Amino acid sequence: MRVGDLLHLASESLFRARLRSAMMLVAMAIGVAAVVVLTSLGEGARRYVTGEFQALGTDLLIVLPGRSETTGVQPGLFAGETPRDLTLDDARALLRIPGIARIAPLVVGSAPVSAAALSREVPVVGSTADFYYVRNLSIGQGRFLPPGELDRDMAVCVLGSKVASELFPQRAAVGSSVRIGDRRFRVIGVLGDSGRAVGFDLQELVIIPVSSAQQIFNTESLFRILVQAGDHDAIARTRTAVLETIKARHQNEEDVTVITQDAVLATFNRIFTALTLTLAGIASISLAVAGILIMNVMLVAVSQRTAEVGLLKALGARGRQITALFLTEAILLSVAGGVAGLVVGHAANVVIGRAYPALPVGAPAWAVVLALVVAVLSGVVFGLLPARRAARLDPVVALAGRR
Amino acid sequence: MIELRGVHRHFQVGEQLVRALDDVALTIADGEYVSIMGPSGSGKSTLLNVIGLLDRPTTGRYLLDGRETTELDDDALADVRARRIGFIFQSFHLVPRLTAFENVELPMVLAGQAPAARRARADEVLAALSLTDRAHHRPDQLSGGQRQRVAIARAMVMRPTVLLADEPTGNLDHVSGAEVLAALESLNAGGISLIVVTHDDEVAARSLRQIRMRDGRIVHDAPTPGAAR
Repeated sequence: MRVGDLLHLASESLFRARLRSAMMLVAMAIGVAAVVVLTSLGEGARRYVTGEFQALGTDLLIVLPGRSETTGVQPGLFAGETPRDLTLDDARALLRIPGIARIAPLVVGSAPVSAAALSREVPVVGSTADFYYVRNLSIGQGRFLPPGELDRDMAVCVLGSKVASELFPQRAAVGSSVRIGDRRFRVIGVLGDSGRAVGFDLQELVIIPVSSAQQIFNTESLFRILVQAGDHDAIARTRTAVLETIKARHQNEEDVTVITQDAVLATFNRIFTALTLTLAGIASISLAVAGILIMNVMLVAVSQRTAEVGLLKALGARGRQITALFLTEAILLSVAGGVAGLVVGHAANVVIGRAYPALPVGAPAWAVVLALVVAVLSGVVFGLLPARRAARLDPVVALAGRR
Repeated sequence: MIELRGVHRHFQVGEQLVRALDDVALTIADGEYVSIMGPSGSGKSTLLNVIGLLDRPTTGRYLLDGRETTELDDDALADVRARRIGFIFQSFHLVPRLTAFENVELPMVLAGQAPAARRARADEVLAALSLTDRAHHRPDQLSGGQRQRVAIARAMVMRPTVLLADEPTGNLDHVSGAEVLAALESLNAGGISLIVVTHDDEVAARSLRQIRMRDGRIVHDAPTPGAAR
């Protein structure tokens, strides 16, 4: 039998059984659309996070106390075990390395912050003027911490916008004073809402000079040091230089970990890729369900058309031709369903993209190809059983219309 | 030439062994016009199915044009059916979603013939059965007699040597039945063997050789008395 005739006969019978065909088409389309939409959500999340990190600058190094091999996001968990702390002197030494543009030592803690009768517990970050540039912060009112010596203890602070509005509901925050722990600070600025700091909510933050934070939290050691290399290409060189400088200062022991933004990014990439794959897996369940539905409906079709199968056999059709005929119907359906699913999925992506402009949705090419391949394969796999059942029918029994 | 020798066809129905064909021996020469009669369950349809290679004898030999068929596999049988045998059924068995033309074309489609050759042959056969103006109607738009003539056209389109008709007039009124028989007889006059299974004495009387069956055996096999040809 010619391929053209096969397609013609198969599509003819699909058109005659419109409702049945439409149902199968919808089932397959839902499956494919689910794969397309879910994977583009996962992929969108990955691209969103990647974008956030890249906005931070990929030329960033993070120096943590403690030696560990992990490249996870919070190696600070291991910090308690380190024999030697990172100190302001270490930070100062790093600043002398050529090629290092900016340094922001960080001390992080939580302290009660109060103004007049209002008080609340807020994360407090001790840092320097460079923190503003390293984290791409923005200022809403007033100004950021002034530049100066690292150990200069000034009683000034910058509030996150939410902290400011909660502590000063009626009056201007800038120029007023707040109490952090047992010390008084003058508010010199309020952060704007833009700027990025993964791990912190910028609106609920108080920033004070690093040495003031050391006094409040009664500690010499730094939580971490953020180092901005001059440019991206210098990262590897700068990383070595940082490690060597600290090593020289710490009795020749390499007891710090330097994470590059790239490593963090790679970790996030892995996490979100796994997430996307998981979503794809869940979505393919609906593809499998669609396949089983195709099998079911094809079985019904075969039993409805028993007499026709008998006739084809009487006219000299071989078993293989009858298999091919029914299989072609199943494959045509699943291909059509797959294409319809792609269209629906892309339409859904466009809608999601309109609703959440920040999320860069778009199905990855591999997911589109995979969904189509799985759709066609399920047409073949689930169409094969009914088709072979048709081919094996005894022509005498089939012609009599008995089953 | 059809030669059946010692053909048995047994079915197991529950506990009971049904001998649908019980030691049948039959020879039908090319171009004969044979009717097979007998009560229901006498084995006449089974005989037709065996001759048409839709069913295999349990034991015995069946030579079609001198060639042993009982050793052929399913694909080979399908090929013989396609080229040598035309079937006509009581209930027409047209594919409802295909037009008369497409139904007639179907055996050639299955045989993989080129569309141009198919069209020419289908037109020719439809014209021979006066169906040209009905070619693009679907079966539900045709009368019973027209449907059966489409079925005859379909059976003829591969130029078979044997035409097997199972109660071809069973679902037709008298006039249409006569038309259908006339069509079949004119094909027989062209040299094709025609074997008709029927309940109808009038139909049987038109054949040149009458076979009667009972309980799976041939109980009567003789030329029709006073047959003209």
